[in-house]
Amino acid sequence: MRSHPAEYDFASPGSLAGVLERLDSEPGEWLPVAGGTEVMVQYGAGRLRARRLLNLWNIVDLRQITETSEHLSIGGGCTFAQLRGHVSVQEHFPLLAQAASWTGGIANQNRATIAGNIVNASPAADSPPALLVYEAELELISARGTRRIAYADFHLGYKKTALQPRELLLAIHLQKRFAGWFRYAQKTGARNAQAISKICVAAVGKLRDGRVEALHIGMGAVAPTPLRLRKTEEALLGTILTEDAIANGRRMLLTEIAPIDDIRSSAEYRRQVAANLLEDMLRNFAAKGNAA
Amino acid sequence: MEAFRSFSRPGEPPSIGEYLGKERIVGTPALRKEGVAKVRGSARYIDDISFPGMIFGATVRSSIARGRIQKIEFGEGVIWDEFIVVSAKDIPGENAIALINKDWPCLAADRVNHPEEPILLLAHPDRHLLPKAVAAVRIEYEVLPSVHSMEESERGDVIVWGADNVFKKFLIDNGNVDAAWDQADFIVEGEYTTGAQEHLYIDNNGAIAAYTPDEGLTIWGSMQCPFYAHKSLVCLTGLPEDKVRIIQVETGGAFGGKEDYPSMIGAHAALLAMKSGRPVKIMYDRMEDMVATTKRHPSRTRIRTAVTKEGKLLAADIDFTTDGGAYSTLSATVLSRGTIHAGGAYYWPNIRVRSKALATNCPPHGAFRGFGAPQSLFAMERHMDRVASAIGMSPEELRRRNFLRPGLATATGQKISEDVNLEHLLARALTISGYSAKRERFSRENIRAKKKKGIGIAAFLHGSGFTGSGERYLNSVAGMDATAEGKLRVLVSSTEFGQGTNTILCQIAAESLGIDYDAVEMAPPDTGIVPNSGPTVASRTSMIVGKLVHSAAIGLRQTLQASGLLGESWTTPEFCEAAKTHVAKYGALRSDSRYEPPVDVHWDDQTYRGEAYAAYAWAVYVAEVTVDMLTYGVTVDDFVAVQEVGRVLNPTLATGQIEGGVAQGIGYALYEKVQWERGRMANGQMTNYIIPTSQDIPPIRVFFEEMPFGHGAYGAKGIGELPMDGPAPAILNAVSHATDTDFNAIPLLAEDICLRLALRQTVPVEAVAV
Amino acid sequence: MSRQCFSLHVNGECRMVEAYPMERLLDVLRDGLGLTGTKEGCGEGECGACSVLIDGELVNSCLVPVAQVNGTEIVTIEGVAAGQHLHPAQQAFLTCGGAQCGMCTPGMIMATVYLLKKYPQPTSDQIREGLNGNLCRCTGYMRIFEAVEKAAVQGQGE
Ligand SMILES: Cc1cc2nc3c(=O)[nH]c(=O)nc-3n(C[C@H](O)[C@H](O)[C@H](O)COP(=O)(O)OP(=O)(O)OC[C@H]3O[C@@H](n4cnc5c(N)ncnc54)[C@H](O)[C@@H]3O)c2cc1C
Ligand code: FES
Ligand code: FES
Repeated sequence: MRSHPAEYDFASPGSLAGVLERLDSEPGEWLPVAGGTEVMVQYGAGRLRARRLLNLWNIVDLRQITETSEHLSIGGGCTFAQLRGHVSVQEHFPLLAQAASWTGGIANQNRATIAGNIVNASPAADSPPALLVYEAELELISARGTRRIAYADFHLGYKKTALQPRELLLAIHLQKRFAGWFRYAQKTGARNAQAISKICVAAVGKLRDGRVEALHIGMGAVAPTPLRLRKTEEALLGTILTEDAIANGRRMLLTEIAPIDDIRSSAEYRRQVAANLLEDMLRNFAAKGNAA
Repeated sequence: MEAFRSFSRPGEPPSIGEYLGKERIVGTPALRKEGVAKVRGSARYIDDISFPGMIFGATVRSSIARGRIQKIEFGEGVIWDEFIVVSAKDIPGENAIALINKDWPCLAADRVNHPEEPILLLAHPDRHLLPKAVAAVRIEYEVLPSVHSMEESERGDVIVWGADNVFKKFLIDNGNVDAAWDQADFIVEGEYTTGAQEHLYIDNNGAIAAYTPDEGLTIWGSMQCPFYAHKSLVCLTGLPEDKVRIIQVETGGAFGGKEDYPSMIGAHAALLAMKSGRPVKIMYDRMEDMVATTKRHPSRTRIRTAVTKEGKLLAADIDFTTDGGAYSTLSATVLSRGTIHAGGAYYWPNIRVRSKALATNCPPHGAFRGFGAPQSLFAMERHMDRVASAIGMSPEELRRRNFLRPGLATATGQKISEDVNLEHLLARALTISGYSAKRERFSRENIRAKKKKGIGIAAFLHGSGFTGSGERYLNSVAGMDATAEGKLRVLVSSTEFGQGTNTILCQIAAESLGIDYDAVEMAPPDTGIVPNSGPTVASRTSMIVGKLVHSAAIGLRQTLQASGLLGESWTTPEFCEAAKTHVAKYGALRSDSRYEPPVDVHWDDQTYRGEAYAAYAWAVYVAEVTVDMLTYGVTVDDFVAVQEVGRVLNPTLATGQIEGGVAQGIGYALYEKVQWERGRMANGQMTNYIIPTSQDIPPIRVFFEEMPFGHGAYGAKGIGELPMDGPAPAILNAVSHATDTDFNAIPLLAEDICLRLALRQTVPVEAVAV
Repeated sequence: MSRQCFSLHVNGECRMVEAYPMERLLDVLRDGLGLTGTKEGCGEGECGACSVLIDGELVNSCLVPVAQVNGTEIVTIEGVAAGQHLHPAQQAFLTCGGAQCGMCTPGMIMATVYLLKKYPQPTSDQIREGLNGNLCRCTGYMRIFEAVEKAAVQGQGE
C-alpha cells in the first residue's frame, strides 16, 4: 500500500442530494468513488491524485433499474453483477449482459459499477462497445438539474469526457428496439478471465432482402476512446455481404481505427485482429441474417 | 512389465495396502500436516506476525541499470529525524550476500549494476510513511553503459562483470561429434529461446529481524533455505554462528524464488534492527517483489544434430546460453543442471554441450523450479519434432528409437541402472490422450479450419537431488527426537512451502517408527533447533532428506529398544510412553543421521563426467491445443502427464505437485512474459504479468508408474521440478502441429503467432540442411 | 484527516474500530482486528487472496475503504467454521489437497462458500467461473475443483 490513509478526506453524505450539494459547493475538489475498483487501485499504487473522496456506494437512487415497455434505465451505480443477472438486460440488451460478465472476476463484478466504467473512460473498457451499438443515452445530474447526452458524444478524447465537475452520471437509458436484430460480441484478452481487453467488439444489425439495412459496430482498445465505427458501417449499409463487400468493410475499418502499442499488446496485432473480428462478424451476419 | 504397478490419479484414492509394499502410512493420502491451519486461515505467514515495538523497513533502490553513485540527498517533505537510515557503511562484516561467490552486495556502496539494486534502507514505526520517504531520496549517478541481452553480453563491447561477462562455462564432450556429420543422412539445426519467468508465489517476500547484544540476531522469514540465510548473515554481521538464528515461518509458495533472495531481505531487516535496537519488518508489496527479486534465467539454445534416415540420432552439438543478470548468485548451478539435461531423454553416441551463463544489467536471475532444465529441455524437445519432420518420421517414433534405456549412457557417461521404460510411458501417454487418432484427424481437418487443433508430446527426465558431488559437499544431517510429552519430532531444515515437506517427512518417520502419523510432528524450522539437512531445493527432500529421516527414526527406535523401554512390538501409545519415560530418565531422546554417498556414484567436476544424479524421474506429456485463427490465441484443451517418480509417497500431494507444475508450465509457454525496459521489469503488476486463472487450465490428467528406487526413502525419487520441464515443449509442439509452422520461442503470445501467420514475418535463420 | 469510529459486524460480532476512513478494509481486518486469515497477494484486485463477504457478497477487501463498510456484515475465513467443526468447503479443501502453500486458500474458500450459496450444485463451468478472480500458483486448480465438487455434495447433507 503506497498511500497514507491520513492524507485522504472521505465524505459519505449518504444521499444523492447530499453528494450533489458537495460537488456543487466545491466543484473539482471531490472525487466520487462508487465501487472503487479503479480509484482504490490507484490509491494502493500511490498514484491517486485526488485527496478528497466522496462516497457513492450504495446510494439507492443510483442503483435502480427501471423499465417501461419501450425503455430500460440503468442507474449509474448498478454493479456488473446486478446487470448480468437482470432479466430485462439479458433479454433486450444481451451484449451488455455479456460485457458485464467479462468485466474482471466475480468479486470485481460485485463492486464495479457501470458509471465507474463509463466515467473512467478507458478505451479498453468492456461495456462501452455494447452501449455504443445500443445507442445509449446518458443522463447527467448536478444540483442544478439534469441533462441528457448521447453516449456516442460522451467521450471527447483520451480519458476526457463531457462530464462536468459538478455532475454525476445518474442513469443510462436504452431503447428496447433491438429485438430480432443480429448480434455479435467478442473479447480478446491475454487469458480467458480477468483480463483487460486487447480488443473488444460489439455489433448489432438487420438485413432486409439480403441487404444490410442497419448495422452498428462498437470497438474498444483501437482508438483513444471507445469507438463507433461509423465509416465502416456506412460502407456496408445497403450492400449484400459478398466477399467483396466484406473486404471493403475490412479496408474501411483499417482507415478508421488507430490502435497503439502498449504494455498489453501491439498496434499491429490489434489492427489484424480487429479486422479479423469484423470479417467474422460480417460472415456470421450474412449467414444468420436477423436470426440472432 | 512385472515391476510396474500403476494407479490412476486420486479421485478414488487407493486404500492403504493397495500399494507396492506393506506400509501403513507411506503411499497413503495422509492429510497435510499444517492443512487445518491453512483452511482455517490460522496459519501465520510473515506478514501475519508482529512483535511489540516493531517498526517497518523499506528499501531505496537504483533507478538506472549501471553507474556510479555520485550523491545522495534526502529531499523535502519528510521528517528525516524520525527515520532510521542504513547504508553500506553500516554493515559490520562483509558487504555481500554469500552464495557460491560473494559478488552480490547487500547494499550498493558506490556502484550499481542493475535497476532496483538496493542502496539505502529506511525504517519508521508508521509503515505508510515509507513509500513517500523512499521516493524523497534523490540519488545522482554517473551513468555507465549497460548490457541488456545475451548477444550484447557475449559481444563484449561493454564488460559488466569479471573479465569477459561470463559467470560460468561448462563443456561436456562425449564421443567424437565432429566425425559424425559425414555419416549423417540429415543434419538439422535450430535455435530455441525461452524468456524470464516470475515465480509469482502469492505470499510476497518478507522478513522480520530482532537483535540484542545478548541474544544476538534472530530472523523470521518466508524462505526455503534457513541455513543459506544463516551463512549469509554470519558473513554480513560478523556475529558468531550461534548468535545468528534463522526461523522459517509459514511460507506461501516459493518455487525457487525464496532460495537466495530471503538472505537479502533478512540481511536488510537485520541491519535496520541492529541500528534501531527494535524488531524490524520488511514486507515487499507485489510490485517490489516482482521488479526487484529473481526470475527464471532466459535462455538461448542452438542445436545441431546428425541423424540417419532410419531416425537414429548420431550426434548433437549443443550451445546452451543463459542470461544470469548482474551478479553471479546461483547462475553456475542453474547452468550446470541445464547443461546436463540438454541431451534430453535420448541416447547420443556423440554429444557435445557447450554452455555459458552471461552477465547483463538486470536483477540477478535465480532458482526457479526446474533450475535450468526446463530451458534446455524445451530446446531439445522442440528440436526432436523438427528432426522428425525433416526426416519424415512421426515425432513419437523418432523418440522411441532413441530413448535412453537401462545400460545406455547419458551425455555425462552415466550408465542408466534404473529399470526405466520410457517406451512404456510413451505408449501409455499416447493411449490415454488418444494421440494417434487425433493427430491424424487434426492434420486433416485443420486446413480450412478457423480453429486449428494440434497435439504434441514431450519426453524428458529430471535428475533428483543435487548435481554431481553436490550432495557429498552438503553432507546433510536429519534427526528425530522426542519431547517431554512423548511427541516424536522430525528435525530438519527442510522447509514446507506448499510442496508437502511436513507431511511426507512425518509419513516417513511414522512409518519407520511403526506408529501413527498423528503422533509425529515437525520441529520448528529454526536453525537454533534443527540440524542442517541442506536446502529445500532440487527435488531432494523426499529422496535424500526422507532417507535420512528414515535412518534417524530407525536409530531412535533402536535406542528405545536397547534401553529396554520398548519391546518387540508396540502400539502408538506404548511407543510414546516409552519415549516419554526415556526423556524423563535420561534427559533426551534423539537420533541423527548423516548423508552417506552411495558407493556406486562417481562424479568428476573437471570433465563433467560421471553419475550426474543418483536417480532420475522420467515422463511423457501430451498437450492438445486449439489455435483460434481470428485472435491467434492458444487454448490448451487437454493435458496428459504420465511419469515415473519412484515410489509415490502421498498420492494427493504428488498429483497436486504435477498439476501445479503443469499449470506453471502452461503459463511459461503461453502467458508469462516479463517485459524488460533497460533491465527493469515494466509489467510488475499482476494485471500485466499474466498467469493462468481457473478458466485457462485444461483438465490435467496425471498418471504415475511406480518403480521404487533403491536409494530413496521407501523408494521415492524427486518429483517437484519434473512437471515444469514438459509442458512448454509439448504445447509448442502442438501449436506447431496445429498451424503447420515452427514456433521455437517461449513465451508464445497471440501477438507472436499473429506476426508469423498473418503478417508473414519470417523467422530468424534455422535452416534444415539435408 | 483524523481517525473515525466505524462499527462493523465481523463474523457475527459487533466490532468498533478506529481508523482513517480510507484505510483498506483488508488492513483494518488484519491490523486492527487481528484477523490475519485474510491475505494480501497483490493489493490491486487481481488475486482474490483478500476475498471476504460483505453483506453476503464476495468482495476483494483490498479495494474497499473502511468507510464504505460501516454497519455492514462481514464474514472472513475465521468466521467460516462453526467452532471446532470445519465448514464442508474447508474439510473438502483439506482432504482433496486443495490447499498447498495455503496463501490463496482463505480467499479461495470464501469464493467457494459464495459460489455454493449461489449454485448449491455447481456445474464445472460455474466452478471455473466462480473462482476466476482467485489466483492459485501452486495447485493448477484441479484439486480445488475437486474440493468444490466434494463440498457441494457434503453441503447437501448439512
Ligand atoms: C481486477 C480488476 C479487473 C478489471 N477488469 C476489467 C475488465 O475486464 N473490463 C473492464 O472494462 N474493466 C475492468 N476493470 C475496471 C473496473 O472494474 C471498471 O472500470 C469499473 O466499472 C469501475 O467502476 P467502479 O464503480 O469500481 O469505479 P470507481 O473506482 O468507484 O470510479 C471510477 C471513476 O468513475 C467515477 N465515477 C464512478 N461513479 C460515478 C458516477 N455515478 N458519476 C460520475 N462519476 C462516477 C469516479 O469518480 C472515478 O473517476 C477491472 C478492475 C479490476 C480491479
Ligand atoms: S490482495 Fe486483494 S485482490 Fe489481491
Ligand atoms: S495453494 Fe499456494 S497459491 Fe494456492
